[in-house]
Amino acid sequence: MTEIYDIAVVGGGNAALCAAITAAKTGARVIILEGAPEPYRGGNSRHTRNFRCMHRGPMSPLTGTYEEEEYFHDLMLVTKGKTDEHLARLAIRTSEECLPWMQEHGVRFQPSLSGTLSLSRTNAFFLGGGKALVNAYYNTAADLGIEIVYQAQVRHVHRDGQRITHLEVQIAGAPATRIEARAFVLASGGFQADIDWLARAWGPSARNFLIRGTPYNRGVVLKDMLDQGADSVGDPTQCHAVAIDGRAPKYDGGIVTRLDCVPFSIVVNRDGQRFYDEGEDTWPKRYAIWGRLVAAQPDQVGYALIDAKSIDLFMPSVFPPIVADTIPELAAKLGLDPAAVAATVQQFNSACRPGPFHPTELDGLATEGLEIAKTNWARPLDTPPFYGYQLRPGVTFTYLGLKVSDSAQVHSPEGPITNLWAAGEIMAGSILGQGYLAGFGMTIGTVFGRIAGKEAAAHVA
Amino acid sequence: MSLDLAPALSATEEARRQIEICNACRYCEGFCSVFPAMTRNKAFADGDLTHLANLCHNCRGCHYACQYTPPHEFALNIPAALAEVRHESWERLARPQALSKLFQERGVAMAGLLTVALALFFWLIAAFRPAGGEGFYAYMAHNLMVAIFAPAFILPLALIALSLRDYWREVGGGRVRLRHLAQAGRMAGRMRNLDGGHGDGCNFEDGDRFSHRRRIAHQLVMWGFLASFAATSSGTVLHYVFDWPAPYPIWAPPKLFGVPGGIAMVIGTGWLVALKLRADPNLGARRVWGGEMAFVLLLGAVAATGLALWLATGTAAVAPLLAVHLATVMTLFLLMPFSKMVHGFFRFTALVAEAGKQEKG
Ligand SMILES: Cc1cc2nc3c(=O)[nH]c(=O)nc-3n(C[C@H](O)[C@H](O)[C@H](O)COP(=O)(O)OP(=O)(O)OC[C@H]3O[C@@H](n4cnc5c(N)ncnc54)[C@H](O)[C@@H]3O)c2cc1C
Ligand code: SF4
Ligand code: SF4
Repeated sequence: MTEIYDIAVVGGGNAALCAAITAAKTGARVIILEGAPEPYRGGNSRHTRNFRCMHRGPMSPLTGTYEEEEYFHDLMLVTKGKTDEHLARLAIRTSEECLPWMQEHGVRFQPSLSGTLSLSRTNAFFLGGGKALVNAYYNTAADLGIEIVYQAQVRHVHRDGQRITHLEVQIAGAPATRIEARAFVLASGGFQADIDWLARAWGPSARNFLIRGTPYNRGVVLKDMLDQGADSVGDPTQCHAVAIDGRAPKYDGGIVTRLDCVPFSIVVNRDGQRFYDEGEDTWPKRYAIWGRLVAAQPDQVGYALIDAKSIDLFMPSVFPPIVADTIPELAAKLGLDPAAVAATVQQFNSACRPGPFHPTELDGLATEGLEIAKTNWARPLDTPPFYGYQLRPGVTFTYLGLKVSDSAQVHSPEGPITNLWAAGEIMAGSILGQGYLAGFGMTIGTVFGRIAGKEAAAHVA
Repeated sequence: MSLDLAPALSATEEARRQIEICNACRYCEGFCSVFPAMTRNKAFADGDLTHLANLCHNCRGCHYACQYTPPHEFALNIPAALAEVRHESWERLARPQALSKLFQERGVAMAGLLTVALALFFWLIAAFRPAGGEGFYAYMAHNLMVAIFAPAFILPLALIALSLRDYWREVGGGRVRLRHLAQAGRMAGRMRNLDGGHGDGCNFEDGDRFSHRRRIAHQLVMWGFLASFAATSSGTVLHYVFDWPAPYPIWAPPKLFGVPGGIAMVIGTGWLVALKLRADPNLGARRVWGGEMAFVLLLGAVAATGLALWLATGTAAVAPLLAVHLATVMTLFLLMPFSKMVHGFFRFTALVAEAGKQEKG
C-alpha cells in the first residue's frame, strides 16, 4: 500500500472505533486495522454488556444520580488505591458526555431490566450487548468513509526517535506490508490470549486458565512497544480472572460461562477441602475474587456443591450441573474423593445453625466453629438431588499496558512520542492498577478512544 | 473430512439448546417479546419452545447482535432455529396433515392449485354466464359465487380454529381476558416486535443495519388485507341487510375500504418480495422460502387483479380478469390453514397467550 493515511488505528474494538470515528468526523482519512476476521471483529468489546457512567441526574436509561465522588470511591475500593487519580477522575468525569455520544453514533441501551436492577443506577446496558455496539460503530465508521481492513495483524510499529513512521501489517496471512500514516492510535487490547505470556507472568498454572474473550488479543503490539522502550504501567504479573464453568471453551466463552452459584454453595478444591468463605459478601461484590482464589488451588480447579433448596436462586448456567442423589455419588461424578467430600459436607452441615435465610441480602446466617467460616447464606446441604459445578479461572482483563498522559499520548523515557496515542485496555493499567469495576473497561475505552482520536486528528490537521 | 456420528438434533431440541444459551446471557432482552418470556423459565418444555417460536417475528436483531453465531462453536442462529420450530408447529397442528407440509414448503404446489382454480372459473364463467345481473354478477350469478366462496372461506377458518385450540393446549395458555386481546391487538397493530425495542426497526434486507422497511411493508399488507376484508364484509352487509347489490359507487364502504386496501397490498407485497430477495435466507426456515415467496406473490396477485378488475369496468377485459381474480381469492382462502397465511392467526394467539402469561409472572 503506497497511500499515506492521516491516521492508522490498530485494533477493531470499542476503543479503536471510538478513536477512528472521532478522528474521521474532523475530516481525517482514517484506516482501521482489525486483526480478527470479520465475524470475530470487535475484540473483547463484543462480549461486554454495559458501561459505567457518571451522571448528576437521571439520564436515560440510568436512574438516580451517580456523582464523581461516589464513582471514584467505588474505584478506590476495588483498586485499593492503585490508580492514577488524575486520569481516573478524567475518565469518570468524561463518562457523562459519552452516553449521549454513544447514542448519537448508533448505540442503543436497554431499559432497566429484570436481572440487572441492582446496577441500573451506575451502569448503562447495551441493547443486544457489546456486539450490537460494535456493529453500530462499524456502520458509523463505514458511513464516515473510514477504510476497514479485517485480518490485518499489526506485527510491528516502527519507531524512529520520537516518531512512528509506519506499521508492518500482515493482511490475511500474506507477507507483511507497510502502512504509512501521519498519526497512529494503538487500541489492540490486552494480552490475555497469549497463554505463554500469561504463563511467564503467573507461572505454569496459567496454562489451566480459560480466556473469556477473543483469541486475537495476544499483546503483539503492546510487546513491540515495550520492547522499543515505551513507558509501561500496571503489574505485569497480574490479570483479572473470575471463576467460570470449567467446561467453557478455551477462548471466547464470554458471559454465558459465568457461574453465580457460589454464595449458595460450598466450594471445595481437588482434595475435597473448602478454602474460602463462600458467603463473604453479595455476589456482585465478590465474583471478581474467585478467579484468583481458584487459581491458587491445586490444578487451578474448584467445585461448587449445591442442594435442591438453592438450585433456583441464581441465573441459569449454560452447561447443566452434574446431578446426584447423594454427596458421595456427586463427588465421584465430579472426579473427587467421595469420602473426603462427604466429610467436608458433614462438618459444614453440623456447623450450620438455624436462622432466617435471605438470598438477596446479607443475612448473617453463618456457620459456627469452622476454621473457614461461611458468614452468610450458610444452610446445610441436606436436600437431594445435589448439584455440582466445576470452576476454573477465566481471564477477563490484563493490567500491564502503555503509560499515557491525559491526552492519551504514549510516552518514552525521552519524552512523548509525538504522533502516537493509545486507548482502551492497552493503556487501562494507568487507571486500573488492580481489581475490576464492572463496566469500567468500556468507560476507559470510550473516554480515551475519543481523546486519542481527537488528539491524533488535531496533530494531522 | 470428518465423520460426525452425533445424531442431528430435531428442530425443537436444537432450539432448546440455543435458547438455554440465551437464557444464560440475556443480552438481547429488550429486542422483542421472546426474551422476557424466556426469562420466566429455567427449563424449556416443548410447549414453551412452541410459544417462544410463535412470539418470534424473525426481526433478526438477536442474530446480528450475538457473539456466539458461527463460526463460534456455540453456533447460535436464533431466528432460524425458532423459524424451524414455528413452521413445524404450524404443520404439526394443521389438518389435514398431508396438505400442510406440501403447501408450506412448495410454491410450485400453490401455483398448481391456482392453475386448477383458474381453469375452473374460466369454465364457470363461460358455461354459466347468467342472462341478467349487473357488474360482476353479469358474468357469474351472485348465488353461484356465494355457493362457491362461502364454504371455501368458512371451512378453512374452522380448520384453523381447531389448530389454534390445540396450540393453546400445547403452550399452556390460560383464561383469555379482554385486556389480553387488547394488548395483543396493540402489539400486532403497530408490529411492535419489528421495531427492535429501540424503535430503529429490524434487521432484514441490509445485514446488521436497522430499518423500518420490512415493518412498513408488512403493515401495508396487513392493514391493506384487513381493509379489503372490511370491503367484502361491508358489501355482504349492504347486499343482505340493505338489499343493495354490487356494483358500488366510489364513496360506498366496499370501495372506500377496498380501493386503498388493494393499493396498500400491492405496494406492500411488492416491497416485501424485493426485501425478501435481499435478505439472508439462512436466518429463516430455508425449506419454506419458496412457499413463503409464493404466498406473498399470491396475496399481491389477489389485490392487483381486484384493482385491475375495478379499473376495467365496462371493458371486454372484465370476464378474464374476473376469472383470474376469483381464482386467486379462492386459492388464498383454501390455503389459509396450509400457507404462511396462518402465521397471522398463530402470532396473534401467541401474543394473547403471552399477555396472560405475563400477568401470571
Ligand atoms: C466476557 C467479558 C465480558 C466483559 N464485560 C464487560 C462489561 O460488561 N463492561 C465493561 O466495561 N467491560 C467488560 N469487559 C472488559 C472489556 O471487554 C474490555 O475492557 C474492553 O473491551 C477493552 O476494549 P478495547 O477496545 O481496548 O479492546 P478490545 O475490544 O479487546 O479490542 C482489541 C482489538 O484489537 C485487535 N487486535 C489485537 N491485536 C492486534 C494486532 N496485532 N493487530 C491488529 N489488531 C489487533 C483485536 O482483534 C480487537 O479487535 C469484559 C470482558 C470480557 C472478556
Ligand atoms: S442471541 Fe446471543 S447475544 Fe442474544 S441473548 Fe442469545 S446468546 Fe445472548
Ligand atoms: S429474531 Fe427478533 S423477534 Fe425473533 S427472537 Fe430474535 S430478536 Fe426476537
